Amino acid sequence: MTSTVFAHLLQVVDGAAPEDGGSSFWMPPQVSTVAHSVDWLFNLILAISVVFFLLIVVLMVVFVLRYRHREGQSAKASPSHNTALEITWTGIPVVLVIVIFVFGFKGFLDMSTPPANAYEILVEGQKWNWSFTYPNGYVDPNLHVPVDRPVRLVMSSQDVIHSLYVPAFRIKMDVVPGRYSKAWFEATEPGEYDLFCAEYCGTGHSNMIAHVVVHPVGEFETWLEKASNFLDTMTPVEAGQKLFQVRGCQQCHSVDGSGKTGPSLLGVYGHNQILSDGTSVVADENYIRESILEPQARVVAGFDPVMPTYQGRLSDDEIVAIIAYLKSLDGTSGGE
Amino acid sequence: METDTLTVAGAVGVDRVDRGSYLTAGGGVRSWLFTLDHKRIGVMYLAAILTSFFLGGIFALLIRTELLTPGQTIMTADTYNKMFTLHGAVMIFLFIIPGIPAALGNFVLPLMLGAKDVALPRLNLTSFWFWMVGAIFALVSIIVGAVDTGWTFYTPYSTTTGTAVISMTLGVFILGFSSIFTGLNFIVTIHKMRPEGMTWFKMPLFLWGLYATAIIQVLATPVLGITLLLLVAERTLGVGIFDPSLGGDPVLYQHFFWFYSHPAVYIMILPAMGIISELVSVFSGKHIFGYRFIAYSSIAIALLSFLVWGHHMFTSGQSGITNMIFSALTFSVAIPSAVKVFNWLATMYKGSIRLAAPMLYVLSFLFLFAIGGLTGLFLGALATDVHLHDTYFVVAHFHYVMFGGTVIAFLGGLHYWWPKMFGRMYSERWAQLSALLIFVGFNLTFFTQFVMGSHGMPRRYYNYLEQFTRLHQASTIGSYVLGLGFFIMAGYLIHSLFRGRPAPANPWGSATLEWETTSPPPSHNFDRELSAGDPYDLDSLRYDPNIGGWVRKNPQSILLAQGGTT
Amino acid sequence: MSDQHHPSGHDPAVAHHFESADQQYQSAKLGMWVFLATEILLFGGLFVAYSVYRSNHPEIFIFGHRFLDKNLGALNTVVLIWSSFTIAWAVRAAQLKQIRLLKWLLVATMVFAFVFLGVKVGEYSSKWKHGLLWASRYAPHAEEHVGVDHNAAATSNEASREVGSSGKPAVVAASAGSAPESGSSRSTIPLAPEGPAGLAVEGEGSAVGHETSLLEPANARIFFSIYFLMTGLHGIHVLGGIGAMLWLLLCAFRGDFDGGHFTRVDMVALYWHVVDVIWIYLFLLLYLIH
Repeated sequence: MTSTVFAHLLQVVDGAAPEDGGSSFWMPPQVSTVAHSVDWLFNLILAISVVFFLLIVVLMVVFVLRYRHREGQSAKASPSHNTALEITWTGIPVVLVIVIFVFGFKGFLDMSTPPANAYEILVEGQKWNWSFTYPNGYVDPNLHVPVDRPVRLVMSSQDVIHSLYVPAFRIKMDVVPGRYSKAWFEATEPGEYDLFCAEYCGTGHSNMIAHVVVHPVGEFETWLEKASNFLDTMTPVEAGQKLFQVRGCQQCHSVDGSGKTGPSLLGVYGHNQILSDGTSVVADENYIRESILEPQARVVAGFDPVMPTYQGRLSDDEIVAIIAYLKSLDGTSGGE
Repeated sequence: METDTLTVAGAVGVDRVDRGSYLTAGGGVRSWLFTLDHKRIGVMYLAAILTSFFLGGIFALLIRTELLTPGQTIMTADTYNKMFTLHGAVMIFLFIIPGIPAALGNFVLPLMLGAKDVALPRLNLTSFWFWMVGAIFALVSIIVGAVDTGWTFYTPYSTTTGTAVISMTLGVFILGFSSIFTGLNFIVTIHKMRPEGMTWFKMPLFLWGLYATAIIQVLATPVLGITLLLLVAERTLGVGIFDPSLGGDPVLYQHFFWFYSHPAVYIMILPAMGIISELVSVFSGKHIFGYRFIAYSSIAIALLSFLVWGHHMFTSGQSGITNMIFSALTFSVAIPSAVKVFNWLATMYKGSIRLAAPMLYVLSFLFLFAIGGLTGLFLGALATDVHLHDTYFVVAHFHYVMFGGTVIAFLGGLHYWWPKMFGRMYSERWAQLSALLIFVGFNLTFFTQFVMGSHGMPRRYYNYLEQFTRLHQASTIGSYVLGLGFFIMAGYLIHSLFRGRPAPANPWGSATLEWETTSPPPSHNFDRELSAGDPYDLDSLRYDPNIGGWVRKNPQSILLAQGGTT
Repeated sequence: MSDQHHPSGHDPAVAHHFESADQQYQSAKLGMWVFLATEILLFGGLFVAYSVYRSNHPEIFIFGHRFLDKNLGALNTVVLIWSSFTIAWAVRAAQLKQIRLLKWLLVATMVFAFVFLGVKVGEYSSKWKHGLLWASRYAPHAEEHVGVDHNAAATSNEASREVGSSGKPAVVAASAGSAPESGSSRSTIPLAPEGPAGLAVEGEGSAVGHETSLLEPANARIFFSIYFLMTGLHGIHVLGGIGAMLWLLLCAFRGDFDGGHFTRVDMVALYWHVVDVIWIYLFLLLYLIH
């Protein structure tokens, strides 16, 4: 019994890096080049903390037991001041915090200085999903990267402040509207890892999760090639559905009739839309296209004019695919 | 009970409870709401902040209940977001910032100075009314739909969300004035109304704590004021100062906000440390160790606290140099706090330690504040903070310092000054049980959160990944134990008001001046003018079993010499 | 108060918790200075915002300050300095129990304060007419051309030199790509961004005109936000000061100062001096930019 308790306690203290790269008591797996030094510093601070904590608590308990009030006795006279002692117990912590600070700063400098040949991926955060734009212009909801290659993220937000956080890589950086922020990492182990939003952003904050897929050597390029050509490899309806899901449409438009920020698109094609100014229009290809590129032009009655424009963000081919997908939502074949 | 009363006949405590004190001098709601008596104002504040603590606690239990399972348990995501916002806002602005200074400080400060009141009694009452008005605004906000921005109100979310941000921020703005006026009053009182013999370095350390706190209240809170005004202006008028599409900078808000809110946490902890200094000395039966250092460190912490706000923003995109400077300064402010802990331990060394309820809270404090303070090191170091920022590690850290530190010390002070305030002793047995439940419940609730956080569990998350379920459930169970502990505390404290043993003037054996009058005191505080000696000269007291309390060996020593300055 | 608590016999003007009149006066004075420190910090936040925006976007201030009338600003500065003089004299009058003089000086100070506010109202309404308001309501136009499409105005160099009736240059809204000019365009949803929305790149205004100094920088609106916030908050404090002086006047009529207890006047005067000093800084920082 005591040995298992002791083993558990030791686990609390012993944050040492596991050999196989799996999680330890305190930390997730170390999958980036900086994770090791971050964990090392964490363990250093942990060790110092445990030592001081035990010192304080043990002394406290010992004093309570040894100097417990006994009837009729009062405290023996002892000095209320001791310069040498006070200087010592001030000086030692000063030295220790300087050490911690220096390692913290050095580690941080490494984490904020990307190597020159980093592979650059653009990141957009919005309520409540991420989109990652690869150098060839392809946009994906997840972050795919090659292993053993530095990757640089250039990030901005469409609306409020978000924060990109990958615990396994030990990186985090706020994603702010109106400016670009940057982060970099080099993944060391293929696999799939969580990417969280770490700055509260409203209703869907805890669902704003993406995946980081680290591809083994040689496989990343293959994946990118295949994924980028989705317009060629998929049918227009499939491609349109992918775009609909990935490019943020489904945040505001349902495809099952339920109301959201924007009108449901179930059966939209060919439907006679009543507009906010009282006129009406048949939702044909032209209207749908206009709604994507100039969403404020003709707004459906009963909805706020809050849709952002996709001018410059969707190519003509992509719009065609989306229109094809929307046409398929005719209510007879159950659209997802 | 009757026998006790007869044997202590003539003792001041019993007399006062029967004959009338500040509590009974003039009845009716009006005489309380319009009082200028600092003791009555303190008691009203106490009731107000304890009610706020209860409300904030309800929100906490609701949060923890929701987090029993990933996904929806008892509420929707939007409701959850409002819960954690209100928990934070109520606890911080209605409870913990006014907390010790308003509820205990108002009562004790003039008494510790041998004075009849604070320097500006009407300002004191105004301060209380402002608290009430601010609280009403906050309540209105909660009723009309509440706020979902987090207690930090970060832009642009707070300037674009549809919830009742304006009423809440106006409430907080008004509460800020309550805080400023309290601080202002304490500064003037401590400067101008110390008694004969009480030089700065003869002041009790609780007063040093209140003084340092008052400096922060006065200098930092106006910055919160202007920040909230700008937020309201942004929402109502669209001044654009934080809105990127109008040319503004959302991160500027964070600088403004944390410029106040970091010093604010020292508003929370400095008075708490002051209480611990008093309690550890009295209940170790010994002079405090390292008086000068503790006094200086209070001021040092107050001043340094203004220089570290950027450590809340290490991942906001500010420059590396900025981060480095803030990290370095953050470590500097850690040192005085650590050394205080050593001073308190040294006070216990070779003492004569009595484990009455207040002392149990001292021991709790040392344990919990040590953890809270040490976990701050992880967050002050840049490399580790990047990983830990905005995770449950931070949530655990600040609960250990704010709850494990400030609230525990507040409870210790409450149990210490309770007899003085109400003339009654409470049940020691029930108090011990409650303290134990709170200690155990607290650790169970919050220690697991360190582990969740370092594993990457972000904060303010309604939904969470399966792997964190066990830890969340343990945390929730802990919160129920905590709730039980407080429920018991409410029980025995309220019971003591009606059935508690009448308290002597000095039940604990302290040499500070508030114990030189009856429990509870008369409206005018003292019958004689006092002069002060060393507030930690415990040898000047002896226990008198006839009255069940302590008395001066030489009662003349603290009386102002006749024919003196008056 | 019974003698048991006040063996020395108390001056009724001294509150019961004070030992002496001097302790009471010293406490009031310290209290007021601490309060004034809080006021400095309240405005301090706005001064910081000013500094941040001015160091990052000096062109906004160079452009915007031209729309402030230096003469009116100087007039207001002189008016407030005079009012500080009259109220300082009022303190002296109260000290010397010259109650009639005190009343007149209080009235004079209030008159100056009203003149100040009157000038400000004039300035504000002129800005309103020209659409030179804070960010979301920023819709600049020359007075005679209310409602004209400012894009059209931007195509003519004449417009860039046109002088409005109040002697200020007309605004050339060169950047047609700026956010929609609706009255409540506080949306954080940007138009198709080529760069991040908001903190716009300089040079966007280079489309029209060669007079770059008259060219409106993309975020000129922020200058006016800062202008209204700072002078607005100051104006509220001037109003508060007027209220305090009215109260003093009432006290004077009630005879509160007959015994030479001038503390209240002293405290209000201190407040008023700080209000004056803050204005001087506002004048320097907003009106007198080179």
